[in-house]
Amino acid sequence: MLRFGLAGNPNCGKTALFNELTGSTAHVGNWAGVTVDRKEGTYKSKTGENINIIDLPGIYSLSPYTPEEIIARNFIINDTPDLIINIIDATNIERNLYLTTQILEIDCPVVIALNMMDIVEKQGDTIDIAGLSSILGVPVVPISALNGNGIQELMETAIKTAALKREGKSVLMDSHIKDAILEVQKLLEEHDIPHVVFNSVKLLEADSISLENPLLSDHKEELKNILDEIAKKDIYNDVEAVVADLRYKFITEYCSPRIKRKRNVTDLSPSDKFDRILTHKFLGIPIFLVFMFLVFHFTFSEALFGIEGLSSPGVFLKTLAENGVGIFSDFVSSLLVKANASDWVFGFVVDGIIGGIGSVLSFVPQILCLFLFLSILEDSGYMARAAFIMDKILRHFGLSGRSFLPLLMGFGCSVPAIMGARTLENERDRKITMLIVPFFSCGAKLPIYAMFTAALFKENSDIVVFGMYLIGIVTAVIAAIILKKVVFRDENAPFIMELPQYHCPRAKSLILLLWEKLKGYLFRAGTVILASTIVIWFLSNFSFSLEMVGSGSADSILGVIGTVLVPFFKPLGFVNGSDGWKAIVAILTGLIAKEAVVSTMGVLYTPSDGGDALENNEARQALLAVVAASFSPAAAISFMAFNLLCVPCIAAVSAARAELNSGKWTAFAIGFWIFTAWVVSFIIYNVGTLLGF
Amino acid sequence: MLTSLDKFNPGEKGTVQKVTGEGAVRRRLFDLGITPGAFIIHRKTAPFGDPIEITVRGYQLSLRKSEAQSVLIEKE
Repeated sequence: MLRFGLAGNPNCGKTALFNELTGSTAHVGNWAGVTVDRKEGTYKSKTGENINIIDLPGIYSLSPYTPEEIIARNFIINDTPDLIINIIDATNIERNLYLTTQILEIDCPVVIALNMMDIVEKQGDTIDIAGLSSILGVPVVPISALNGNGIQELMETAIKTAALKREGKSVLMDSHIKDAILEVQKLLEEHDIPHVVFNSVKLLEADSISLENPLLSDHKEELKNILDEIAKKDIYNDVEAVVADLRYKFITEYCSPRIKRKRNVTDLSPSDKFDRILTHKFLGIPIFLVFMFLVFHFTFSEALFGIEGLSSPGVFLKTLAENGVGIFSDFVSSLLVKANASDWVFGFVVDGIIGGIGSVLSFVPQILCLFLFLSILEDSGYMARAAFIMDKILRHFGLSGRSFLPLLMGFGCSVPAIMGARTLENERDRKITMLIVPFFSCGAKLPIYAMFTAALFKENSDIVVFGMYLIGIVTAVIAAIILKKVVFRDENAPFIMELPQYHCPRAKSLILLLWEKLKGYLFRAGTVILASTIVIWFLSNFSFSLEMVGSGSADSILGVIGTVLVPFFKPLGFVNGSDGWKAIVAILTGLIAKEAVVSTMGVLYTPSDGGDALENNEARQALLAVVAASFSPAAAISFMAFNLLCVPCIAAVSAARAELNSGKWTAFAIGFWIFTAWVVSFIIYNVGTLLGF
Repeated sequence: MLTSLDKFNPGEKGTVQKVTGEGAVRRRLFDLGITPGAFIIHRKTAPFGDPIEITVRGYQLSLRKSEAQSVLIEKE
């Protein structure tokens, strides 16, 4: 089967072309060792041929500095695809061709897909495609990935071209550094090093990957002599700068004249005018806040635009999902009753499996809503502007502006927030962001605060709840600074970011993206998350002698574990007295979903009351009375803080596991969350007690 | 007289003469088109005073003042 690699700059429409080519056959994974998407799919040609399409990460260059560039480069060099489709944004041709000049140096057939031709035509610009093709020496096919125009021609040309061998050619061969390239080239040819032209140029640039090429290891001395000899001449001073400059010179001299633009570069496009308002000195921040408010309003509000009874799409869908699970659960219950199922079977199926899956499924609508808004903001180009606006503030904490949206999403739900961290370009920013996202108190933690404030802080409940959010933010800020100083000690990542033109997000790409995320989440829900909830259900219902002892009793395995863990929690103040283990069991069941903390406390502290303390008012009142008696104010705050900061729910942990793409890092994250929660709760309890609370 | 890009005000423009600094950041600036000879227009400064937005080679780029410092420009 033929294998084509798809290479191009970020924001050039690569994803759209990939979707158009592969349709439903695409599947997403990660490149080995890094959290960079690896997308693969199959294109079926008209003649019935199947072609494997591999989407390479969006890159600006083939330098050895970013993981994305190294991946793309290693793929083209080591995996020897039959052809590279280099996709170019025709509205931004100069910078896009810079990557092309590097790709053309590799010994591999290349076809250029000149994308966004519809926009070029709309702007009244013209491009001399035949001229461009003859200068670059490879076929150029105009396409519009979004409309699907030109794609068939592109693939026909690609299949024809893939049959021909192609040797790398450099645009630098017409320049004054030609002699130096030829000198290095001679050495490489003598030793049969593949991709001679590409490697010669890179060696001249002192490129670390080409220098480390194992095929060269026996000839290092020889190479060094040649390079040293070349470096002695003045014109080869700072070759990296010279090469970049020559590439751009070639483009402006030979390629740019092929484009006739109607608009002057200094003129403002409609997108620029739009941008003037959105990133305005005074209006920029209020507009940003309004956008954010709307996102949360549409996802979590029970009264849309203040209209009682009109729920937001997020809440509406959530209720629908919950009702669906409820109906299904009732249906299965009645079947089990008819079949005279034993207690444990009943509990296992209804509470364990359906309860577990239900709690995860009921998150789905709001996760998708948040993710949809996140994607719209990203797709439209606004996300880059939000990063532009917020960068100055976040830099103080060792993060970049790009982290702001994922962190804000954390107030809604940690799962989309952690998944959204993928849009961060820098590995360190991505990890720190994922680690501190759970400290931004999510919606599911609110019932815990509501219960405690109703029991203990009736007078100033608003201040206490606000205080909990504040504790989370302050902890996140301090944690980010410490992580930056202690764990990730490298220098500050640069913030050099393209601000793409605004455009209307396309329904098709949004739906595909959401479907991808949903698939990933549902897969985890059906495997890791389900298994974990069943384990917790089992542990809280069975004793060590495998007798069913009822949910969360002191004899259950979880109860015993809770009792064993009492010394660990003792300094935090909320496990005093004979009921101490109950608080621990509540924390542990909170791993399924944070709301479960309240239900568990209801079961444990007021065993005689049947109802769920989350929904049943009488059960709730009984629980409030007991809680008020068992917790001092300082202990209550300490307990809430622990639930806020400690390991988030299993759904969020499994999202983090998928994004971190490493067991070691996931273990570190879990340890980090427990440690942080312990330290903060310890401080709160002890300071609070000293102050007399 | 060369002026570093971080000293530019919105609307000011000029031609890049030199990019100082070293390593990944410098290479990144080159790769994105900020090479000697490139024409740059300073578009705006973010509401909190940093980063800045410029037009280079027909597209918009945002960078921090600390990075803009190493771009030396002959102002027009």
